[in-house]
Amino acid sequence: MSFKEYKTIRGIEGPLIFVEKTHAVSYGELVKIRLENGEVKLGQVLDTSKDLVVVQSFEDTTGISLQSSVRFLGDTFKVRVSDEMLGRIFNGRGEVIDGGLDIVRGEKVDILGSAINPYSRTPPADFIQTGISTIDVMHTLVRGQKLPIFSGSGLPHNDLALQIARQAKVKRQEESFAVVFAAMGITHEEAHKFIKEFERTGALERAVIFLNLASDPASERLITPRLALTTAEYLAYEKEMHVLVILTDMTNYAESLREIGAARQEIPGRRGYPGYMYTDFATIYERAGMIKGKKGSVTQMPILTMPGDDITHPIPDLTGYITEGQIVLGRELHRKGIYPPIDVLRGLSRLMNNGIGKGKTREDHKEVYEQLYTAYAEGNDLRGLVAIVGREALSQRDRRFLDFAEAFENKFVKQGLYDDRNIEESLELAWELFSMIPEHELVKLKPETKKKYYKGFKGEE
Amino acid sequence: MQKGKIYRISGPVVVAEGIKANMYDVVFVGNEELMGEVTQIKGDKVIIQVYEDTTGLKPGEPVITYNEPLMVELGPGILKSIYDGIQRPLSVLQEMQGDFIKRGAKVNALPRDIKWDFKPLVKVGDYVKGGDIIGEVKETETITHRILVPPGVEGKIKEIKKGKFTVEEVIGVLDNGYELKLMHKWPIRKPRPYIKKLPPEVPLLTGMRILDALFPLAKGGTAAIPGPFGSGKTVTQQSLAKYSDAQVIVYVGCGERGNEMTEVLVEFPELIDPNTSKPLMERTVLIANTSNMPVAAREASVYTGITIAEYYRDQGYDVALMADSTSRWAEAMREISSRLEEMPGEEGYPARLASKLAEFYERAGRVVTLSDEIGSVTVIGAVSPPGGDFSEPVTQNTLRIVKVFWALDAKLASRKHFPAINWLQSYSLYKETLLDWFKEQAGENWDDLINKAMTLLQEEEKLQEIVQLVGSDALPESEQVKLEIAKMVREFFLQQNAFDEVDAYSSVDKTKKLLEIILWFNEQAENLLKKGARAKDIISIKSKNKIIEIRYDKDYAKKIKEVKEAIEEEIKEVEKKLNI
Repeated sequence: MSFKEYKTIRGIEGPLIFVEKTHAVSYGELVKIRLENGEVKLGQVLDTSKDLVVVQSFEDTTGISLQSSVRFLGDTFKVRVSDEMLGRIFNGRGEVIDGGLDIVRGEKVDILGSAINPYSRTPPADFIQTGISTIDVMHTLVRGQKLPIFSGSGLPHNDLALQIARQAKVKRQEESFAVVFAAMGITHEEAHKFIKEFERTGALERAVIFLNLASDPASERLITPRLALTTAEYLAYEKEMHVLVILTDMTNYAESLREIGAARQEIPGRRGYPGYMYTDFATIYERAGMIKGKKGSVTQMPILTMPGDDITHPIPDLTGYITEGQIVLGRELHRKGIYPPIDVLRGLSRLMNNGIGKGKTREDHKEVYEQLYTAYAEGNDLRGLVAIVGREALSQRDRRFLDFAEAFENKFVKQGLYDDRNIEESLELAWELFSMIPEHELVKLKPETKKKYYKGFKGEE
Repeated sequence: MQKGKIYRISGPVVVAEGIKANMYDVVFVGNEELMGEVTQIKGDKVIIQVYEDTTGLKPGEPVITYNEPLMVELGPGILKSIYDGIQRPLSVLQEMQGDFIKRGAKVNALPRDIKWDFKPLVKVGDYVKGGDIIGEVKETETITHRILVPPGVEGKIKEIKKGKFTVEEVIGVLDNGYELKLMHKWPIRKPRPYIKKLPPEVPLLTGMRILDALFPLAKGGTAAIPGPFGSGKTVTQQSLAKYSDAQVIVYVGCGERGNEMTEVLVEFPELIDPNTSKPLMERTVLIANTSNMPVAAREASVYTGITIAEYYRDQGYDVALMADSTSRWAEAMREISSRLEEMPGEEGYPARLASKLAEFYERAGRVVTLSDEIGSVTVIGAVSPPGGDFSEPVTQNTLRIVKVFWALDAKLASRKHFPAINWLQSYSLYKETLLDWFKEQAGENWDDLINKAMTLLQEEEKLQEIVQLVGSDALPESEQVKLEIAKMVREFFLQQNAFDEVDAYSSVDKTKKLLEIILWFNEQAENLLKKGARAKDIISIKSKNKIIEIRYDKDYAKKIKEVKEAIEEEIKEVEKKLNI
């Protein structure tokens, strides 16, 4: 291995450094850039040929000059993984930042990972209880699923993420559960809140935290989620743990991707984002799942803020095409003071049907979900009409559905930050709401289900 | 064999020098011999798209080529397999490499150890030419694999064997010395030859009411299913793979979710084909190049799929190919083209996008094969338009070629109307050519029924606009009834539950009878109105809602009779009450 230092930088553009006259450098190799003042920065080879090597710096390029020197390390980006990582906090490049000792035990693993052979997967089907009624009943999360939260600026997605990280559990308690938390481009203040919250609730013990702050370089952001997922895969497939990976905020990640694409003068796709953003996202999101014959699982909850609350923006759009559903936060609900402001009409969990029902949650779950959805959708539609003709002009039936929608938001959707409802409680809550509607109007529920659970009509005849 | 060296590496694109290659030759790149394909030649430099991750490759490493294009292996053993984009069996990869896909694996597409029982259908002295059937092998429970003379080969049979052979063993020899085997190879980018194309006169029945009745697809036809995420593209594609009456299904999961492919893998062996009563897997081959697998192999995957489809067509089978999703395929082309620094067309897609899509869909068709049999390849491509916007290049270029457009609608999906196919936006250009078939099979009144239903749905759309403004009470009685009937058409006929055992598949007969009873009720309602009944009297007839139960009943004919009687009863009561 030659560790020659080259002083042949030809140019620097954004995070990219162009180096000439090197030996044969391999694609994806790690690079150390030594500044004149002795400072060392880390980068990676993005394009290599006999004449020119393009290096992408993971760190701020401030201070790098044509006089800086470059050393190729002959290896790709790797992270040392071990179960000692639980309870620890790392920066976005995987360095310990909690003041403790470095991780020395464990194997070094390539962070890019490999695709799971579809033949080796098992379809996710085990219910994860988040303790949040809307998610558990309406957008059920199952082990091995990737279910993102589509949010908007100023909405409490971080609180929701923390609550899920705190409360998530599988039905069989004897199995070990861990949370890997990767923050990309978040502010110092948010990071502080996350850490404090994890420490305060004791959730830190079973968590691994990676923090890339808003002030950290953009190219480092491309590393952070991959570090998190490599760690998660290790814990899941080697240590037999059920791992929930929370990635926040994927919008910041996508911005970095665009920034670097622009610096490389690539031909942009939609709205300036690189044409390969779908594939790039997929290499992150697809690292969720369950493997035949392995006990652990990787479940993903990426969080992204939709620019301008626009769900057709490339970031949520491409995400939605890869992930297995989405949880959408609504600004209107938030304004009404409802937490968590989950807009169930826009959300979806594609794998829900596999994870609910008898033996998994409860036999009435699917019907309850459908009835809640239909009744709330109907009540919600009526709100538009009320604005035009007034409540008085509605029929008795319509008024009931209008009231149902109101109650659904205030009792079912709304719950406290520390309110951990189990699935039975959430379903019971739904049946309480159904009492606002006469039995024969509850068309999505089968007669035998109603016989067993319906608590009788408690509204005005 | 030619040997050269790597000059440059940029993602999946590798530039080699010192090698003489033709366009689309397969090359092996680097010390690990990663597979790739030549996509450009510039002076002394050859530009290669590599099917695997290129991390770690260095300039100067060797590049070799045998000057052969990318080929697939065609022979018994294809069905029931799951392949990646370049026909490597995923089950073999798992045995070799474990649960994660690693690079550099060279594996045979067809198993070399299985001995197939070969029954010859020709004898010594027979003259055979390319495409002729020389014998057969029972490949799966449902499919007899016909062994073909490779196109381009001809001669007199000098020797023909009978018995058990592997795909590589010689089963016969021609007088010119050509050795016949159970397997031959074919380049994926070259359409397989046939004698002539036939007009699309036979429908590909899908078991989905809205498709078979309103927007039918022909065997050998082409269809596109565009829709935003969450509108049910994949569920629709999977329903088609399950229930369409093709004999062989090629399902290409192109850049889609891993868990979805696994679901197909787990589900298909257990599901029963309504046409043959055998497990669906017996007639299916899956090609899975999930979104996180190498992008260049994704580009190749649709060609691998369609070549396999053509091969079964040449054996005289009706084949249906589902590509989910062609947008991901187009994106793979975009990604590679951008790495090649080509001048982009619309939205960064390569300018050749339109011609590539056209070439692909043109490989569909119902044909007379080289052996004078009739076979067909039907292509159904899902399209994933960004933001659900149908004006984007992939959707638009696809619509210019395909004859059937099944528009998925996010609004319908959010109202839980499934399949969320918009009946006003969708169309089928095969309606006319298929009419004779439907009339013959389902009865002379077929188009009459369909037209009535379509008219109702169109009128509903207009009436809804008025209702939005003034409320339904302001409509005349007859129009209120019309709205109710249209709702029945939507909820009882168009909606279909893909997850219900019985409702998931609807035969032409059931489809027709269901529509008939709804329209029969319409007639009854019109009569009542004439006699002086009010709209609310008709709307409150409860037993009409029982029509939905017909969908879920195995013995639908009996159920229809029951429901009809119940409705008649109730109508009599109404008449009595109103004294009419």
